[in-house]
Amino acid sequence: MQKLTNGTSVVMVEGKTVREVIDNLDKQFPGIKDRLCENDRIRPNFAVAVNSEIITVGLRKQVEPDSEVHFLPAVSGG
Amino acid sequence: MNKVHVQSKLNGENIEFLCEPRQSLLEVLREDLGFTGSKEGCNDGNCGACSVILNGTLVDSCLVLAVEIQGKEITTVEGLATPDGLHPLQQKFLENASLQCGICTPGFLVAAKALLDHNPNPTEHEIRHWLAGNLCRCTGYDKIIRAVQEASAVMSKSA
Amino acid sequence: MSDNSENGKYKVIGTRPIRHDGAEKVIGKAIYGADVRMSGMLYGQVIRSPHAHARIKSIDTSKAEALEGVRAVVTSKDLPKTNEDDMIDLGEGMTRLKYIRDNILASDKVLYRGHAVAGVAAINQQTAEEALSLIEVEYEVLPAVVNVIDAMKDDAPLLHDTLTTDEMGEQTDKKSNIAAHLQHKLGDPEKGFKEADIVIEHEFHTATVHQGYIEPHNGTAIWNPDGQLTIWTSTQGAFVVQKQVAAVLDHPISKVKVVPTEIGGGFGGKIPIYLEPVAALLSRKTGHPVKLLMTRAGVFEGTGPTPGSYVRLKLGADKSGKLVAGDCYLAFEAGGYPGSPMFCGCMCIFACYEVPNAIVNGYDVVVNKPKSAPYRAPGSTQVAFAIETMLDEIAEKLGMDSFDIRLLNAAKEGTRRVDDLVYPRIGCVETMEAGKASDHYNTPLEGPYRGRGVATGYWFNIGFKSCVTASVNEDGTVNLMEGSTDIGGSRTSIAMQFAEVLALPVEDVNPRVGDTGEIGYNDVTGGSRTTYATGYAAYNAAQDVKAQMIEIAARHWELSADDVEFTDEVFKSKKDSSKKLNFKELAKIGSADDSPVIGKGSVNLGFHIGGSFATNIVDVEVDPETGKVTILRFTAIQDAGKAIHPSYVEGQMQGGSVQGIGWALNEEYFYNADGKMENSTFLDYRIPTALDLPMIETIIVEVPNPTHPFGVRGVGEANIAPPPAAITNAIYNAIGVRFRELPMRPDRIIAALAAKRESEPLEAVAGS
Repeated sequence: MQKLTNGTSVVMVEGKTVREVIDNLDKQFPGIKDRLCENDRIRPNFAVAVNSEIITVGLRKQVEPDSEVHFLPAVSGG
Repeated sequence: MNKVHVQSKLNGENIEFLCEPRQSLLEVLREDLGFTGSKEGCNDGNCGACSVILNGTLVDSCLVLAVEIQGKEITTVEGLATPDGLHPLQQKFLENASLQCGICTPGFLVAAKALLDHNPNPTEHEIRHWLAGNLCRCTGYDKIIRAVQEASAVMSKSA
Repeated sequence: MSDNSENGKYKVIGTRPIRHDGAEKVIGKAIYGADVRMSGMLYGQVIRSPHAHARIKSIDTSKAEALEGVRAVVTSKDLPKTNEDDMIDLGEGMTRLKYIRDNILASDKVLYRGHAVAGVAAINQQTAEEALSLIEVEYEVLPAVVNVIDAMKDDAPLLHDTLTTDEMGEQTDKKSNIAAHLQHKLGDPEKGFKEADIVIEHEFHTATVHQGYIEPHNGTAIWNPDGQLTIWTSTQGAFVVQKQVAAVLDHPISKVKVVPTEIGGGFGGKIPIYLEPVAALLSRKTGHPVKLLMTRAGVFEGTGPTPGSYVRLKLGADKSGKLVAGDCYLAFEAGGYPGSPMFCGCMCIFACYEVPNAIVNGYDVVVNKPKSAPYRAPGSTQVAFAIETMLDEIAEKLGMDSFDIRLLNAAKEGTRRVDDLVYPRIGCVETMEAGKASDHYNTPLEGPYRGRGVATGYWFNIGFKSCVTASVNEDGTVNLMEGSTDIGGSRTSIAMQFAEVLALPVEDVNPRVGDTGEIGYNDVTGGSRTTYATGYAAYNAAQDVKAQMIEIAARHWELSADDVEFTDEVFKSKKDSSKKLNFKELAKIGSADDSPVIGKGSVNLGFHIGGSFATNIVDVEVDPETGKVTILRFTAIQDAGKAIHPSYVEGQMQGGSVQGIGWALNEEYFYNADGKMENSTFLDYRIPTALDLPMIETIIVEVPNPTHPFGVRGVGEANIAPPPAAITNAIYNAIGVRFRELPMRPDRIIAALAAKRESEPLEAVAGS
């Protein structure tokens, strides 16, 4: 993933929802939105964590100022 | 295929049935007689889920041919409780949470009954040794052993 | 039984009622999948590949179809080929629809010995089995590869023509058996290692092991002429079966009903589907209900064991024992199709500790073995084996106590993990402290060839979707309909959470697991989510019932609802305290005068990484002549957040511990060079028996989960992670040999002892 952000692992971005965060991320690093999303949904092989809680409501999840948003591989449970 | 006529006693009641010589007792109990309490876990005598008591001896019913029970008596899990209530083993299994998925439970109840019929006050080691032929994957056996210990205490008191 | 109500804080939670489905189960009347019967039912069986890797050149079913008593035969030709590249939710992870279909009935290739090739329906089981021997399959046998190291080599035989490596959504160009590569990185590992005082690195191997549930897989299907398909099956998730069957058969979900029967064990292995679509196809072809039961050999060879693994771990510590760097390379066997829990292994390797500089590289690798399925904390046991034994090695070098080094490094609230997530409130430290303070740990162990070991492990709680409905009967009892299949007593724990809100006796709440037509969508029973998420839904449903009952009371007293409250276990008027009614009384009134009370609770919870931590202490004795390891004493400690029904929490801890003991000492898929499993029976696939074990002591720690109303943490899984490592540490303590390969079988113990004797200086040998 860091290839898309030119090696930066932590990026500061604006946005009130995960959707806005991704849209703004794509402005800084074109192509990242397409990597993460398909048909206006997060791709099934990715999971999104907001403040370390892996969310299940997708792009519409609201994000507070100073939140951490992580994109991870979708983890299978047990 | 010529079927064989078998007469026997099941849980205290006279029964008769027709079966093929190749059929195991487990298959006949489950498929032909409708007694599905005894379970199939492996069909080769290694898990004990099909345990029944045959003329006082604990056996894996998957290893007994149905024709072999001619003139004999069988006890299955369905024969443990009475109209008055559960067998002490059954009651103690429930109180001790000795079952999680419950698939091995009928086999364990029958095997434990056979043990207590034979040795009413077994030590922990004797219980474990006797029940080594019954596999459980959910409980780790701890609560099963405790239930058998408690049941034997209850049954000794009322004996 | 002791009542664990905290100073009267809870009325129901913490008590140990008899489970609602208990009587039915102990009298042998509960209906499991194999017990399903209906008139006109046919019996089915599946033929499986004898080869580990082969191309299917032809399948001739004509002789089988001609056998008297045979009603139909199906192969992959009977499966649709639509939407093959769709990603389907398996209930715990996604995979390509083509892979699922091919795994159910092989199309062009068989990828493991045991791979299903055709299904037969006949008038009885015997005839179905006989028909299998008449099915002629022509194979072109291909070279097989059965371990990750060989499978990853450049010249390895490829299982799939089109598989390339997925790197976080990006595909490489190179065709490979490596299906995915994942990397996590935190801080600066290179710098960390340079500054470390101690650096150690080792390689670990674990064998393929099976969940080992006593009940084989089953599936009964009726395909009606109007297209309505009903399936009975022992499953961990009726809705996930529904989704998968609908996708595999390209049949609308609206026409698929799945009835979950009682289930005889799952542990993750009964989340995938195997027999259900075959039963459905056979039913459609014959016009009759068809029941398939898997044989025990079929279960071992044709379902989803957990991956064998290769882990290479490097740890760096300072001289106080603090971990300063970690580097892990791990490769998991996915089996014939991609999708091992490699991602979970990557998450879990450092999950118990603060490792400020760390890198993990994980590889999901296909091999000619059955496609892996989840097995209780999938991936966590394999990696705990590596880190927990290496921590002990560092402790030994520094003369530190095993718990002290763990406590020094333990993850806490605020610890940032290698996957960059930050822990909320967790109970890692608390389980270690409980271990250190335990009676077991403070009881000296004496005697030759005896040793003690400890270890810690972790698993998260998935949240996801659950819903329940509650209907109030006129006598004040409640029917609670839920959709989480009950593999271990969960329906009672869910009922208890409902009952607690309304201060009802738990016997007055009747839980029932519904089929896909009776209840809304529920995610699988697995991932340590059920007591947590379905319990939360039940809590919400109870709040909904409470609100409706308040309305009824208000109407009855001709007040507004704001003037009525539920407190001290009664509904009372805030204005006139003489006006009060208990639940039963109000239910009776409501059933006469009001519309029926139906409460609902529906949740879609986040995936809570805080999860549960488990710690073990084990004492072993090694027999130097036979190599047998006896477990003398075992203590399982786990953070349950809040133990709703302590007996069932203890049961999870004991069951997972014993599976871990088997994994450590005896269990493995024993393969010959042709990729044939040689021990596919319960005789030779040796799971622990009652005679192999002592009582399993349990200590429940409760660090409440901030995201659940009662503080519940799902406990089903973490308990299987530490046992192999704890036993490995104990064996080292007993005989001075550190194992890095599982299982630690008697022959390996003897060989290791012999090797140790050879390498020891003569003086030591002469002295003994």
